Amino acid sequence: MPFTRRHLLGLEDVSSEELSYLLDTAQSFKEISEREIKKVPTLRGKTVVGMFYEASTRTRTSFEIAAKRMSADFVSLSASTSSVTKGETLLDTARNLDAMRPDALILRHASSGAPHFLAARLDCAVINAGDGAHEHPTQALLDLLTMRERKQKLAGLTVAIVGDVLHSRVARSNVFALKTLGANIRLVGPPTLLAPEMRAWGDVTTDLHEGVRDADVIMMLRIQLERQGKNFFPTVDEYSRYFCLTESAVARAKSDVMIMHPGPINRGVEIASDVADGPYSVILDQVTNGIAVRMAVLYLLTNQARTQTHSEGETQAELAAPEVEVVAPRLRRKVG
Amino acid sequence: MAANQRVVMDAQAVERALTRVAHEVLERNKGTHGLALIGIRSRGVDIAKRLRQKIREIESVELPSGIMDITLYRDDLSRSRQHPEVKGTQIPFAVDDKRIILVDDVLFTGRTIRAALDALMDFGRPLNVQLVVLIDRGHRELPIRADYVGKNLPTSVSESVHVRLTESDGCDEVVITRAEER
Amino acid sequence: MSQPVHIRGGTVIDPASGTQERRDVLVREGKIIAVSELIAEEALAGAKVIEAANHLVLPGLIDMHVHLREPGYEYRETVESGTRAAVAGGFTAMACMANTKPVNDSAAVTEYILERAQAAGLARVYPIGAVSKELKGEELAEIGEMRQAGIVAVSDDGMPIMNGGLMRRALEYSSMFGLPVIVHEEDRLIAGDGVMNEGAMSLRLGLKGVPAAAEEAMLARDLSLLERTGGRLHVAHASTAGSVDLIRRAKDRGLAVTAEAAPHHFTLTEAAVEGYNTRAKMNPPLRTLQDVEAIRHALADGTIDVIASDHAPHHRDEKEVEFDHALNGVVGLETTLALSLRLAEEAQIPLLRLIAAMSLNPARILGLPLGTLAPGAEADITVVDPSSRWTVQAARFQSKGRSTPFEGMELRGHAVLTMVAGRIVWRTGMGQSI
Repeated sequence: MPFTRRHLLGLEDVSSEELSYLLDTAQSFKEISEREIKKVPTLRGKTVVGMFYEASTRTRTSFEIAAKRMSADFVSLSASTSSVTKGETLLDTARNLDAMRPDALILRHASSGAPHFLAARLDCAVINAGDGAHEHPTQALLDLLTMRERKQKLAGLTVAIVGDVLHSRVARSNVFALKTLGANIRLVGPPTLLAPEMRAWGDVTTDLHEGVRDADVIMMLRIQLERQGKNFFPTVDEYSRYFCLTESAVARAKSDVMIMHPGPINRGVEIASDVADGPYSVILDQVTNGIAVRMAVLYLLTNQARTQTHSEGETQAELAAPEVEVVAPRLRRKVG
Repeated sequence: MAANQRVVMDAQAVERALTRVAHEVLERNKGTHGLALIGIRSRGVDIAKRLRQKIREIESVELPSGIMDITLYRDDLSRSRQHPEVKGTQIPFAVDDKRIILVDDVLFTGRTIRAALDALMDFGRPLNVQLVVLIDRGHRELPIRADYVGKNLPTSVSESVHVRLTESDGCDEVVITRAEER
Repeated sequence: MSQPVHIRGGTVIDPASGTQERRDVLVREGKIIAVSELIAEEALAGAKVIEAANHLVLPGLIDMHVHLREPGYEYRETVESGTRAAVAGGFTAMACMANTKPVNDSAAVTEYILERAQAAGLARVYPIGAVSKELKGEELAEIGEMRQAGIVAVSDDGMPIMNGGLMRRALEYSSMFGLPVIVHEEDRLIAGDGVMNEGAMSLRLGLKGVPAAAEEAMLARDLSLLERTGGRLHVAHASTAGSVDLIRRAKDRGLAVTAEAAPHHFTLTEAAVEGYNTRAKMNPPLRTLQDVEAIRHALADGTIDVIASDHAPHHRDEKEVEFDHALNGVVGLETTLALSLRLAEEAQIPLLRLIAAMSLNPARILGLPLGTLAPGAEADITVVDPSSRWTVQAARFQSKGRSTPFEGMELRGHAVLTMVAGRIVWRTGMGQSI
């Protein structure tokens, strides 16, 4: 059994067998989202809690849809609405939630290591939805799935990652996994957003056109506009002038290059509009794959510890519909 | 062959049974109109392929066919610590108004077929669902019955039945294994 | 009042006289009466005998960098619990930093601390006064007044003195009182929001890092100022190879600079942070293998004069949080001795030199009449069993602080008897205590 982890905290120490298994499982979940009835009963009765200490509509919604398509009950908290504003520590908040016996806790937090901190102290499975600048494993998994769909093999691919690599958890997770799978990595950005130790990860360059030359995949990272005041670059305009992915830069890559972006895009800043909307962009496929990946992760992690006894012979008809807006399959029959 | 094993169907028997089943399906449905085959992973898929081939030979019609993975619909997931591997379902045709022929290798408790029916309903509303199995070994725990049976095989619960097919196992045969005496 | 004490059969290590021999020691009325191979029978009459065969007999150890947290942070440590941790660790004297609440920037707080130490009656406590009022780094504190009250040095430790102009004045002004300025070198603007050493590890863990340059840049500044102003500079918790290099060259040029290193900086690297271990979070942070080796060499060749623990106790709630939010600091009074003995063995540093780093040298830097085992000296003595094996278990510490990066580590050597001014303030056999 290739995947026996209790938590998904990052991809740094995930083996290539585990990665393949995760991607294969995610692949098999894709068709559920193409059906008329986008639901399977697999996680019926499981409770999944999302704790989003950093604002995140995209990732949160993706996890929520994934959980609901698996028939799990999904509850989400965001920092502003939770007891955090009343001064409760992360540990206390999590312990209180754990006492309500969730099957999985999804955590996004500004501090690197926060999911590790909780995983060591709670009984439920912990899924890292982004911790500080450290990792964002489900994002990298969906990126890998998207790459694999088009390129079949990841070993030997040249992947250029462009932007604020220093502060990017998406970059780190991708780098860790791609290295495990044998891809060649190029990191591109201004020197203030790179680090000399990155040479252990791959080729490092401050020249965009050089960095994307003959690349199979170009992964653009979001530039956080707040970094402007902190002297990482003087202005967004100047940053764009040197690092915005334009059609002329794309022309240097391989003719079948894939352009990726974790979103949300800053049009005209890190990526030109026509490139984002152009034929090489797979940005929307990434989003679709995100649901499948998160369904797979939930499937693989929420089957543990909290074993609830299911009485034998229980039929589907006895299921309560978990959400008001998603009607249980029995009640939705296509007429005629 | 170990001492506690015996072959209950050899390659020839399997072939004859499948040929007969193919004819029965065509007879009861009065031809191929509206028929579609869905094999349940994993040996059901191989058997469905063979049926499809036979029906093509008899009627010169290629039936639409699909593959079903019932893992996500199982009723015993919480009980096992392990995660059964999910290989995926592919049903590349519309299920609505079709006469679906579900195909599996062994019918035992009936729970697999129950899961398959639930999965099928999530794809649409078939006209009817019929069940082909190579072996019916009894001991139903749910009110499920097969419409077409290759061979009825009385067994005791402690025995296990394995269908081997050339596509996956290199030969065609059905083997019963008696549990070791304690 | 007191019965004389005869410490018999131990190996006396006295850096001041260069003695490393089997000697007996006789103590009476708070002073050392004799240190010799054979002490006259009459002198020994009525003495309580301490059998010290196979033990080391050292001048009472001195830790010149301790945070006692009182006044203001008693939930982390008090003078009482801190001095108890000290004597349990074999320390008879310590110097405590000024970052209390209120800050020790006045005679009143200095006197308060001395009074609490007196009441506890365990190790000697020598307060260090603040350089600047409220540690704000803007105006000089009343150093003269505090000197009268009993401070032995000045330091804004906890905070760096960002203002070079103020640093210059501090060096000049303190020289009038013969006080060393103990400097915490950390350019806050270079350090930024760093929470660990900046390097390969911080990159992998996605944590903001503090580059070695943050320490070295400020040290270079202060050494330049020292050259101009005279006065005495003592570098607290030196942690990088670059710092060691700067100190060595400054000493070669004859500058009045001394330096200390903490055991965690000569034992552990940034690898101890793996898994976001907040018990390995302190300031300055754990660095690389090269830095550790440089510190070890520096202790061997005397570039670094002192081993000081930088004992910084915290409450559990302050450490059991996300790494970014955990406060900096680890305890050290109860592990320093064993770690230092281990260093002496691993780095082949002669015991005389190593013990000097924990007794004679800090005494000299702070101008204390301590650190020697000569007849006539204060009877501050530490008896050590160098071979006893024990496992670090913070739950059993005397200190209120429980954060140590050495939790679970097997160490060798501990103080079996600690004597201050002729009084036995700590005694332990295998697990017993006074």
